[in-house]
Amino acid sequence: MMVQAIAFYVFAGVTIASAAMVIGSRNPVHSVLFLILAFFNSAGLFVLMGAEFLAMTLVIVYVGAVAVLFLFVVMMLDINFVKLRQGFLQYLPIGGLIGLVLIVELLMVVSGWVVSPAGLKTAAINSQAIDGVSNTLALGRLIYTEYVYLFQASGLILLIAMLGAIVLTLRQREGVKRQRITDQLDRKPEDSVEIIDVKTGSGV
Amino acid sequence: MAEFFQLYVAPVAWIIGGILAITVPLLLGVAYLTFAERKVIGWIQLRRGPNVVGPFGLLQPIADGLKLFLKETVIPASANRIVFVLAPMITFILALIAWAVIPFGEGLVLADINVGVLYLFAISSLGVYGIIMAGWASNSKYAFLGALRSAAQMVSYEVSIGFVIITVLLAVGSLNLSDIVMAQNGGILHWHFLPLLPMFIVFFISALAETNRAPFDLPEAEAELVSGYNVEYSSMTFAMFFLGEYANMILMSGMTVVLFLGGWLPPFDMHPFTIIPGPIWFVLKIMAVLFLFLWVRATFPRYRYDQLMRLGWKVFLPLSLVFVVLTAGFLLVFDLLPVAGGGK
Amino acid sequence: MSIFDRAARGFLLVELVAGMWLTFKSMFKPKHTINYPYEKGPLSPRFRGEHALRRYPNGEERCIACKLCEAVCPAQAITIEAEPRADGSRRTTRYDIDMTKCIYCGFCQEACPVDAIVEGPNYEFSKETREELFYNKGKLLRNGERWESELANNIDLDAPYR
Repeated sequence: MMVQAIAFYVFAGVTIASAAMVIGSRNPVHSVLFLILAFFNSAGLFVLMGAEFLAMTLVIVYVGAVAVLFLFVVMMLDINFVKLRQGFLQYLPIGGLIGLVLIVELLMVVSGWVVSPAGLKTAAINSQAIDGVSNTLALGRLIYTEYVYLFQASGLILLIAMLGAIVLTLRQREGVKRQRITDQLDRKPEDSVEIIDVKTGSGV
Repeated sequence: MAEFFQLYVAPVAWIIGGILAITVPLLLGVAYLTFAERKVIGWIQLRRGPNVVGPFGLLQPIADGLKLFLKETVIPASANRIVFVLAPMITFILALIAWAVIPFGEGLVLADINVGVLYLFAISSLGVYGIIMAGWASNSKYAFLGALRSAAQMVSYEVSIGFVIITVLLAVGSLNLSDIVMAQNGGILHWHFLPLLPMFIVFFISALAETNRAPFDLPEAEAELVSGYNVEYSSMTFAMFFLGEYANMILMSGMTVVLFLGGWLPPFDMHPFTIIPGPIWFVLKIMAVLFLFLWVRATFPRYRYDQLMRLGWKVFLPLSLVFVVLTAGFLLVFDLLPVAGGGK
Repeated sequence: MSIFDRAARGFLLVELVAGMWLTFKSMFKPKHTINYPYEKGPLSPRFRGEHALRRYPNGEERCIACKLCEAVCPAQAITIEAEPRADGSRRTTRYDIDMTKCIYCGFCQEACPVDAIVEGPNYEFSKETREELFYNKGKLLRNGERWESELANNIDLDAPYR
């Protein structure tokens, strides 16, 4: 148990520290790298909770795909950061106010939070233990039986979002020569090469 | 005190021993993979390959390693120092930690976790970070271009690899690598590469792209990008990239073997073949797949970048997607779907 | 070829497999590599390697200090100084070739009226310092003595074409 506790505090500490560094670091690329570190450590926290499927999906989807695109965009940006930071402090009162409001609201929510005793008990059970199946299987059963319509609906929404993005960015330009690979493969020697018997000195 | 020893020291020592038992042969394997590559490509090009250092040139990789080790590590003045040094380490470490879940034989696996395939997939999707960080931190346009190419390439081909893995998972019904191997029990005819042949080919070609190997080695294209993301690296930092890249190659071959070629199982479930222990079969199969990697490199010219992207998104993605549906449908119609919870 | 035929060929990767079969066959062919320090390739008699200053069979230097080679040298690698000798004949007191400048074009041996400066068949004269590649007259004459038989043979072989 002690090792798990140590691991939890390490993962949690690094997550929070790197999350702070995401906003704190001066270089946006460093920010994204810290964000990735935060993702990674939260995956570690998931593993500690016995949710290894979620942990791996977090790494695959967020770290492996989404954060790469973030990094792409941020690396390509060419911003003068010194200029950006000038006048940073003049927004401090507004920012502080918003932060304060958020904290107060959070405190109100948390202080009014009542946890049922039954819930406390289930939280203590490792999710692995539920009728002896792995949580991948448990998740699969849940998603594809009870929540199958919601799951399909969310898939449909993502599909529509993707199509929308493609439609918005797709543009057909006139007069652009494109490589058509099937046409290239269709070419035969007879269509493109003509063999002429040229007499010496007369030209074609 | 004895309890402390039993609870903490002994398991830790056991795990460290296991890690060493995997990494040391792996690094030796990487060294001799570079040697094998030079030899095989040499033979194919009617050359002899390295044959001077040691008998048959067998000490060549050691000489190369020593040379790299003794060189000076140059960090460019305008590089982002921390990220610059971190990048090769990430590549190297990621190439090593993935081996934790690869089963070398029945029960011979460091961490027999039940999401092994996902773990492998996650680790291989992280590989892109070492490269993109190296490219950005070098502060050189060639390195950056190479890194961008590589990142786009790896992200694209991961998609089709994901679908290929899903087809295998459909046939097995478990994410555990040992279960996947055991599902292929019973000789070469039961291995997945026969019923899933198109997916096997898609997986192999995607693995070439994923490891930045020829004919998809655009990220380091010597002729145009002067070796891409690792231009600015020298000495041990370069050696780490190099080792990581080749360890990744071995890892991808290992993945191919586990998913499609029956892991540690002998090709025929008969007497003379079953004597040879599983790990040896596993290593032999990995070597065969690696030979295929080298053979392909010696045979095909480099792809053009737009054609590479076309192949990934317009050919492999639809193909693997259709095959996922086909496999699922086939298994459903003929009632062959593995029973949930029971592995097979 | 019908569309069906071509599609089948495309899906079965016929062309790729054919290419791989070709490379696989070539793996077992005899190798073309020459095992260099132990084996060497043939050299043409016109091969232009390391320079040498030749002597007549009676031991007299051929070079008459006409400085044609110095004049023709495109890399200006040759430096010559000359004085009359005690017997009144014109001879060089200094004949230096900077081998780091030399481009091995062979103009010096073309220009030489007495076949004194020649480029020999030796190409294994790499050194560890630049200074060792600044050849003086002594070094060149020694080269001549060392390679005389090959040099004379090469000139004989090339003579019919001149």
